[in-house]
Amino acid sequence: MTETFYEVMRRQGITRRSFLKYCSLTAAALGLGPAFAPKIAHAMETKPRIPVLWLHGLECTCCSESFIRSAHPLAKDVVLSMVSLDYDDTIMAAAGHQAEAIVQETIDKYDGNYILACEGNPPLNQDGMSCIIAGKPYLDQLNHAAKHCKAIISWGSCASYGCVQAAKPNPTQAVPIHKVIHDKPIIKVPGCPPIAEVMTAVITYMLTFDRIPELDRQGRPKMFYSQRIHDKCYRRPHFDAGQFVESWDDEGARKGYCLYKMGCKGPTTYNACSTIRWNEGTSFPIQAGHGCIGCSEDGFWDKGSWYARLTDIKQFGIESNADAVGGTAAAVVGAATAAHLGISAIKRAQQKGDQE
Amino acid sequence: MTTMATKPHAEPAIYVYEAPLRLWHWTNALAIVVLAITGYFIASPLPSVPGEASDNFLMGYIRFAHFAAGYILAIAFLFRIYWAFMGNHHARQLFTPPLLSREFWDGVWHEIKWYAFAVREPRKYIGHNPLAVVVMHFLFLWLLVFMIVTGFALYGEGTGMGSWQYELFSAWVIPLFGQSQDVHTWHHLIMWAMVCFIIIHVYVAIREDIMSRQSLVSTMISGWRMFKDSREPDDGH
Repeated sequence: MTETFYEVMRRQGITRRSFLKYCSLTAAALGLGPAFAPKIAHAMETKPRIPVLWLHGLECTCCSESFIRSAHPLAKDVVLSMVSLDYDDTIMAAAGHQAEAIVQETIDKYDGNYILACEGNPPLNQDGMSCIIAGKPYLDQLNHAAKHCKAIISWGSCASYGCVQAAKPNPTQAVPIHKVIHDKPIIKVPGCPPIAEVMTAVITYMLTFDRIPELDRQGRPKMFYSQRIHDKCYRRPHFDAGQFVESWDDEGARKGYCLYKMGCKGPTTYNACSTIRWNEGTSFPIQAGHGCIGCSEDGFWDKGSWYARLTDIKQFGIESNADAVGGTAAAVVGAATAAHLGISAIKRAQQKGDQE
Repeated sequence: MTTMATKPHAEPAIYVYEAPLRLWHWTNALAIVVLAITGYFIASPLPSVPGEASDNFLMGYIRFAHFAAGYILAIAFLFRIYWAFMGNHHARQLFTPPLLSREFWDGVWHEIKWYAFAVREPRKYIGHNPLAVVVMHFLFLWLLVFMIVTGFALYGEGTGMGSWQYELFSAWVIPLFGQSQDVHTWHHLIMWAMVCFIIIHVYVAIREDIMSRQSLVSTMISGWRMFKDSREPDDGH
């Protein structure tokens, strides 16, 4: 039996008095009445920690790197107190057969009750040989673990949308988790990587309320992905005023003008970067003077350039975009119309000549 | 012109476009001009304005003009649909091309030959000619619907979750395209398709006015179709 939260807290030297204070504070913070404090205490005393299997497919570990930098709550609190992180090959002490045995142990012990956290995605080409875990294709491990889990968290853009390994031409045919697992609830937490606090908050929410957070149509938690970066950007007044950075290091860049013309994807990217920010709220890309690249959006690698407002339309050549394609079409139509006008005038003159 | 009195179908003028329809046409035209210009400057903004951000609202005004014109276009379109039911049968022509009629496609083909200078004379129509019906239905009406739907989807991103614009449009359009960026790109591309339509539309209207057998431009102003000969029209019904 996994320890309850209460047991873990007591083991870490927290008194019962402090524990009850914590429950009252949590109830207040969540906007619940005083009557909820005993309920929270009861839940903490009786609920076992959620077992989590954290699997890694094709990925770069940036999600894990982000996760361990969470400040509110601290990642260590999540890992040590809230969840029972049974398997995560990046940060676990065990290795080799010992580590792989834990996966099966968790599946057997908590069948249907553990959370499957997926970082990275499975490649389907060459029988999945582009990603081998413990001598077997990652796809096998994923399918096996997913079959017995309660819910899946798709960490990052890899698991949520495919990210760089699924960008054109996608030689390994890497696909996001929801393309191979269809019978489990999937929470997408996109971003390359996702914001640390978003990751830990999703886990905290599931733990506190014992249900998955409310998701939007694309399966992302509404609390973090319901607004665009542009909507809460501190440079937004410069956008509305019509003040833009026109080129890198120009006067506008020094004054902190809007990066829209430099291809900032803030207006089309749903994420919480402009509110939560990164590294304990220190900064985020736009604050550092570089436009958003839209890393939490589907197919962002193929929606470039990152430095142009209009998306490249590769079917019409490397430098093509909507204006180039549309403008050319309009010019062709205009020229054809002018030619038609010329012929019409000649024909009419001929007919008049014939009549006379 | 002496046979005019004996042939009732060859009146010199027929009232075709009723006032509400004409009003829609010109309101719609003006809205599209405003939308195309402001839309272009939303995608490729004007050079930066000097001074404090708090003293300027240029991009805000351009976007406001775009959204206001968008609302006018959308509301006018709803009215236009209403008028398709309430108006005369010419008001329905844009919505109901008789695509299964052989005679209709024969008319389309004849009109194409007329534009290819392969026949000496066009046919005579009280309403739109068949080619015009095809082009306006597919290259105008559906593009207009596309622009209204994607336009409100993009607008709904700003008004946010819970707003009717978001729930009615953004909530399904954005996932349909994959993400917001592609919706922007398509909205922009179809703007150019509409520019192409407008070039052809204006050219053809003036050309038909001069070279065909019935009036065009003045008809959309006064509502009356005038004819240059007294022979029977090909869509006389």
